[in-house]
Amino acid sequence: MSATTANAAAAVLDVRSISMNFGGLRALNEVDLQVRQGEIVALIGPNGAGKTTFFNCITGIYVPTEGTVHVTPRDGRTVTVNGLKASQVTALGMSRTFQNIRLFPTMSVLENVMIGRHCRTRAGILGALLRDPKTRAEEQRIVEESYALLKSVNLHQHYKDEARNLPYGAQRRLEIARALATEPFLLCLDEPAAGMNPQETHELKELVIQIRERHELSVLLIEHDMSMVMSLSDRIYVMEYGSKIAEGTPEEVSKNPRVIKAYLGEESHA
Amino acid sequence: MQGLKKSILVSLWFMFLTFPLMVIRIDSLNGTIDWRWENMLGMGVGTFVLSFVWRFMLARKEAGRAAAAGGALSARGAWFERLRSDPKAAVPALAVLLAAFLVLPWVVSTYQTNIMISALLYVMLGLGLNIVVGLSGQLVLGYVAFYAVGAYSYAILNSNFGLGFWSVLPIGGAMAALFGILLGFPVLRLRGDYLAIVTLGFGEIIRLVLENWSSFSQGPSGIANIDRPGLFGMQLSVSDATTYIYYLILAAVIVTILAVTRLKNSRIGRAWQALREDEIACQAMGIDITTTKLTAFALGACWAGFAGVIFAAKTTFINPASFTFLESAMVLAMVVLGGMGSVIGVSVGALVLILLPEYLRAFSEYRMLIFGATMVLMMVFRPQGLVSPGRTKYNVTDAEGAGADAARPAAGGNA
Amino acid sequence: MDWQYFWELFFGGLTRGSIYALIALGYTMVYGIIELINFAHGEVYMLGAFTALIVAGALGIYGFPAVAILIIAAAVAVIYCAAYGVTLEKIAYKPLRDAPRLSPLISAIGMSIFLQNYVILAQTSDFMPFPNLVPQPEFLEPIAHIMGASEVLIIVTSAVSMAALTLFIKYTRMGKAMRATAQNRKMAMLLGIDADKVISLTFVIGSSLAAVGGVLIASHVGQVNFAIGFIAGIKAFTAAVLGGIGSIPGAMLGGLVLGWCESFATGYISSDYEDALAFALLVLILIFRPSGILGKAKTQKV
Repeated sequence: MSATTANAAAAVLDVRSISMNFGGLRALNEVDLQVRQGEIVALIGPNGAGKTTFFNCITGIYVPTEGTVHVTPRDGRTVTVNGLKASQVTALGMSRTFQNIRLFPTMSVLENVMIGRHCRTRAGILGALLRDPKTRAEEQRIVEESYALLKSVNLHQHYKDEARNLPYGAQRRLEIARALATEPFLLCLDEPAAGMNPQETHELKELVIQIRERHELSVLLIEHDMSMVMSLSDRIYVMEYGSKIAEGTPEEVSKNPRVIKAYLGEESHA
Repeated sequence: MQGLKKSILVSLWFMFLTFPLMVIRIDSLNGTIDWRWENMLGMGVGTFVLSFVWRFMLARKEAGRAAAAGGALSARGAWFERLRSDPKAAVPALAVLLAAFLVLPWVVSTYQTNIMISALLYVMLGLGLNIVVGLSGQLVLGYVAFYAVGAYSYAILNSNFGLGFWSVLPIGGAMAALFGILLGFPVLRLRGDYLAIVTLGFGEIIRLVLENWSSFSQGPSGIANIDRPGLFGMQLSVSDATTYIYYLILAAVIVTILAVTRLKNSRIGRAWQALREDEIACQAMGIDITTTKLTAFALGACWAGFAGVIFAAKTTFINPASFTFLESAMVLAMVVLGGMGSVIGVSVGALVLILLPEYLRAFSEYRMLIFGATMVLMMVFRPQGLVSPGRTKYNVTDAEGAGADAARPAAGGNA
Repeated sequence: MDWQYFWELFFGGLTRGSIYALIALGYTMVYGIIELINFAHGEVYMLGAFTALIVAGALGIYGFPAVAILIIAAAVAVIYCAAYGVTLEKIAYKPLRDAPRLSPLISAIGMSIFLQNYVILAQTSDFMPFPNLVPQPEFLEPIAHIMGASEVLIIVTSAVSMAALTLFIKYTRMGKAMRATAQNRKMAMLLGIDADKVISLTFVIGSSLAAVGGVLIASHVGQVNFAIGFIAGIKAFTAAVLGGIGSIPGAMLGGLVLGWCESFATGYISSDYEDALAFALLVLILIFRPSGILGKAKTQKV
């Protein structure tokens, strides 16, 4: 307990024993999790272990039945997140991608990223109607910033295309760029490598490391690709049947007998 | 051969299906039956031909989908795209169009100016509904309620307090916007199709209240002798007043087009579109969907309110019968025909659907039939409408990106 | 308290409610299977009433006895409505099965407008008198002061139709296939259920029940026009939502509850806002308990 308290001082995300019930079903059972400044933390576990439910709980899409979620944005104050709306959580600086990509399919690639700038800009109806110099300047700034982000994920050539016409891997990268546009201190990636080939997965890994450096943020990711998780993460949490069964460095986790039995067992020896 | 057999079956089926209604007519006075066999023949031949067209269109739609994925741009779309995107072509075209609209009341009769006035009113309504349905993706079936709010605001304030057109215009818009928000609050959580039905119910409730609350709205008999809009206190003859109202509504439409275009390309407009595309992702991007939905409702309603005030001033008489569900459905048909989200499309859609039955007399009887069929056919064959929404141009300062631009295939057909 | 008046209203409500329930079943079944508000369902009911009117008129001219006319007219109406229902589905909904949710709804609204105007053009926009075909048998004399023979007929027929439907859904192969498809269409298809066939059957059953409702109400009220489907459709939809859309017993219950609400409200309070009551109820349920009385709440998947 004393160890976690010490860590909590530097934690940007501090989840204390959250549970989530759907009717009679307990999808999450007293899960703890911390992410410290600059860390890449992975959340792994078999399908149906409750990882995405966990994401939904901490990003405000669900309200956890029990427990608390605290975040410490860049300004240093600590805020309780549970009970806030998803949009408020994002405005605080926690941004996410989705397991089954949720882009704005018929909007252009650039516009998808521009949407991410929404919560960092102000122009209202009056500004839109009058199109005063201030609004126009802000609009141009949104365009430039979004384009720069597209460039950083190497999608800038496609900025005019409709998002739905991008190839699969590019859509995943666009989702990341869109999440970055909200200026997060913590980026939550839900299975970013799903459906990617080894080459793409490798590039994605490089991208995540790059992003962490360039944007000085922390990353929490759910991932099934073990080679990626093991080489990328600073720490790993393992879940099974809605509960956390292990946590530690990749090395510790991969030696944990419970983890091997529950999850890595079939895969690492296969 | 396969197709022929199918079409024969289809034709036989429809001859059977429409038999009682189309063929038999009971003359209960004389106790005789009027057998209208010619209708059955017409139905058989008609559906036989139509079934070929139907299959052809379905096949073409499939092919079109494949082509769009491959990045082909249809030739028909190309000239229109150029007209829209190239200022050298667009500016003269717009100028000619504007000039035509400006001289119109001087070359046609008062009667025809009146028709044009109602067509332009519908353009305004269509563009307003387009904010809610086309941009923010909230299907509202009771749009006419806001139109009624605007119209009754003017009628009641004018007949009871003598307020003039110009002072009520903003009040009417504001009242409608207020109703939009009042409706918006409780329905925020509702999913698309439930929202549609609740707004329909809301629209009908407003109409029923207007019909039954006689001390307030004078019930089904309506409110008459509403003042026409004043022009610096001058007394205008009926034809001059019509011309005046024509210019008024024309100006209102131009303002509407400008406003809706600007809104669409703004930060708020993008949030609406994101809401339409994916509500959950929209929230996850930090957009508050409550305010976003409410602004869409309020602004959409506001425009209906403006249109309502103008309508009351134009007809000088209103009653609840002008604000039935059918009216809402008509405006929706215009938005659907023109292309949800497209300003040009909706304007054209409204003009076509009002003017066509008006000038092709043979059609006028079939007007509502065509409205209904249009909605079905558009959804089946061309859900994006006649005109797909135009892409906003963004100036990015990046030599490399601009260079790569030309090499990239044009995506999405007529993006 | 005036008990006779109360019972009059009670049975009046039961009569109305039975009709609402019959139509509501069509909404709820279609919604259960393809998650579509079949906006044109009210028009199918109207077409049923109109078809019966025409058949009854023609048979009347040829001098058939009243009871025979009623039975034949009802049978023809049922067959035609089933046919209309299936055709409707093939034209307006089937091509849109993978389209965004709102597309089939808009298409359905279009169909509704189309069918109303089809009737106006093919027949008339006026109210048409519907002959009184229900005999007043002697054994009903004791209750004649609170309910007439046509009301008894409505209640009995509705009860029988609903019982038959319940048995069908519960015990037949097709009924089981329908339930399976409603639960999970993809899974049902993997297990070899022909989803298209199930959907068609759903439209056949829903439309037939609407036709029964149409004939019954036409002979009860004594007049028919093209617009009766819209308002009845909305009310039946309200009933379906009230009971919990997708739930068959819910639709029956919802119909009765709505019927009684209307009957008592107009009887004891005021008849000015009769139609507004249903709309208000609809709005309130959708806002406060969209899952209805018997429906289950659904969590949106992310």
